[in-house]
Amino acid sequence: MAETHSLQDMRQQAAVAAKVFIQRDYTNGTVCQFQTKFPSELETRIDKQQFEETVRTLNNLYAEAEKLGSQSYIEGCLACLTAYTVFLCMETHYEKVLKKIAKYIQEQNDKIYTPRGLLLTDPIERGLRVVEVTIFEDRSLTR
Amino acid sequence: MKNCEYQQIDPQALPIPTPTPPAQHNGSDKREEPRRARRKWEVFPGKNRFYCDGRIIVARQSGVLPLTLGLILVTSGLFFIFDCPFLVKHLTSCIPVIGGGLFVFVVITLLQTSFSDPGILPRATPDEAADIEKQIDNTGNTSYRPPPRTKEVLINQQVVKLKYCFTCKMFRPPRTSHCSLCDNCVERFDHHCPWVGNCVGKRNYRFFYTFIVSLSFLTAFIFGCVTTHLALSTWAQGGKGLVFALQESPGSAVELVICFFSVWSILGLSGFHTYLVASNLTTNEDIKGSWSGKSGEDVTNPYSHKNIFINCCTMLCGPMPPSLIDRRGFLPTDESVQTASTDIELSTLAAKNEINVCTQGTKGLLESATRSPLLSTSCPQGKQTVHTCPDNNPAVNSDPSPELSTSCGPRHTASSQGNTSPPRHTKSRAKKSKRAALHIPNPAFDVPVSPTSPDAGPSSRARGHKGSSLSPSH
Repeated sequence: MAETHSLQDMRQQAAVAAKVFIQRDYTNGTVCQFQTKFPSELETRIDKQQFEETVRTLNNLYAEAEKLGSQSYIEGCLACLTAYTVFLCMETHYEKVLKKIAKYIQEQNDKIYTPRGLLLTDPIERGLRVVEVTIFEDRSLTR
Repeated sequence: MKNCEYQQIDPQALPIPTPTPPAQHNGSDKREEPRRARRKWEVFPGKNRFYCDGRIIVARQSGVLPLTLGLILVTSGLFFIFDCPFLVKHLTSCIPVIGGGLFVFVVITLLQTSFSDPGILPRATPDEAADIEKQIDNTGNTSYRPPPRTKEVLINQQVVKLKYCFTCKMFRPPRTSHCSLCDNCVERFDHHCPWVGNCVGKRNYRFFYTFIVSLSFLTAFIFGCVTTHLALSTWAQGGKGLVFALQESPGSAVELVICFFSVWSILGLSGFHTYLVASNLTTNEDIKGSWSGKSGEDVTNPYSHKNIFINCCTMLCGPMPPSLIDRRGFLPTDESVQTASTDIELSTLAAKNEINVCTQGTKGLLESATRSPLLSTSCPQGKQTVHTCPDNNPAVNSDPSPELSTSCGPRHTASSQGNTSPPRHTKSRAKKSKRAALHIPNPAFDVPVSPTSPDAGPSSRARGHKGSSLSPSH
C-alpha cells in the first residue's frame, strides 16, 4: 500500500513521541527572534542546515514585521492623528506579516517536515514564546 | 461499565491541536449534541472580564474608570453649556471646535486604553511547562523541587535576569511583569492604572500616553477658557465683581475647581511619561531603578536606542504588536476534548456523546470533577471521561504564586507619596491611601520595597498617581 500521508491523517494516526521547544533569543532585546541552535532530539530526523534555515527565515520574517521603517512610522503617525481608530478598520503591517509567516510554516510543514514525521506549530499559537516541533513516532521503522 | 469497550485515552498519544475550521466540528458536534463552539475568552485563566463576545477586555476591578469618565464628561459638558456661548460671542467660534476635538480625542484614547489587551502573554501549555522544568531540573532528582527563579541572559552586552513565573509556568521575557490584579503576565509592563481600569503595557502604552497628553491639553484649555470667561465677565460687569460672574455661571466655578486641581497632576504625569518615552523606560523600571546604576554597577538601559527621537518614534509610531491571547478565536476541537482522536479511535462507540460533555477549559474541568459522581450514575462512561480530560489548564493546577513581581513596584510608594499630589478627588485619594496601608503588610506578597525618596517634580507626582494602583483589599 502506498505510504502517502496527508497532514490530517498524519496527525490523527501518528502518536506523538516528543515535543521540542525552540526558545526565544533575547540577545538583541525584546524583538521576536528564536534560537537557531539545533536541538539534539531532531538529529535523526532532519538535516541541521535545513532546520536552521527554517528558523533563520522565521527570524527574518519577524524582524520584518517589527522593523522600524518609514512605512511603520507613516502608519503610526496616521494612527496617532486619528486617535488610533484606524487600527479598528485596517490590518496592521504586523498582522500582514503574520499571515505571511503562517503561510510559510504551512509550506515548510508540507514540503519538509511532515514527510519526516515532524510538525512545526506557528509560534503565534504559543504566544510568540516558542517554536514547538512535534516529533511523531516513526511508524515506518516499526513496520 | 465492564462491558463497555471504552479505552482510556493517554493524553500523550493525542495529536497536535490543529486549528481546524470550527464550522466543520460545529457540524459534527451538532449532530451529537447541539453545543456552540466556545471562544478562547470564555476559558481565559486570568482575572479579566470580557464584553461584546471577547472584543472588549477589562480588568476585573474597573477601578475608578467610571469616575475618570464621569469627571471628563461632566467638566466638558459644563464647559460647552456655560462657557462656550459666552466665548463664542465675545471671542471666536473656534473655541468649541477645538474643545470638541480635544474632548473626542480624550474619550477615544481613554476607551482604547481601558478596553484593549495591554500585551498579555498567554500561559505556558503543560508541555512547555514540563519541558522547562525538565531542562532546569536535569539532575535526575526524583523529589520535586521548584525550578530556580531566575535565568540570566545577555541583552546588548547587559546581563538581565529573567524571572520564573509560577502562575504562568514560564520564564518571563525581559520587561515582562506579572500583574497580580489581573493575574496575567504583561509584556513591557508599565503599571496597572486604576484610573483606566486596566494594565498599561506594550500594546496600549501609546493609547495611554496619547490619553494623558491630550487630557493635559484639554484640562489646560478648559482652565484657560474658564479663566478668560470669568475675567471678561468680571470686567464687563464693571463694579459687580467676580462673585456675580460666578453666580451667573455656576458651572464655571465647578470647572475651575476640577481643572485647577487636575491640571498639575495631569501635566506632571505627562511630563513624567514623556521622560520615560524619551529614554525607553517603563514606570516599573524607573521606580525599581533597574538601569540607574544604584547598585554601583555600570548598568545602562539595554533597550534604549540612545537617541531620544528614535526612542519616541519606537514607542509611539512603531508597529502595533498583535494580541497574543486571541480572545475571539475558537477553542481547538482537541481541547474541546480530543474529539478528533476519539473520533478515529473510538468512532464506533457511543461514548462519543459523553466525551463531548467533558469540555475543556477551567470551568469545564472543575465542573466535571465535581460532577463526576453524578456522571458515573447518569452515564456509565462518565467517570472515565473525567480521567481522560487532560489538564491543560494551568489555572487549575497552579501553585499560589508566591512571587508578586514588579507589578507591585509602583504601589508601595502610595503611603509616602499620597500627600504630595494635589488631591484630585480627596475622598478617593483617602480611600486609596487606606488601601495602600492595608496592602503593605501582606506577607503573601514579595514586594520589592525599594526606598524611593520623593524626587523632584514630575516623578513624585507621577509616583503618587502610580502609587494608587493598589491590590484588592476587599
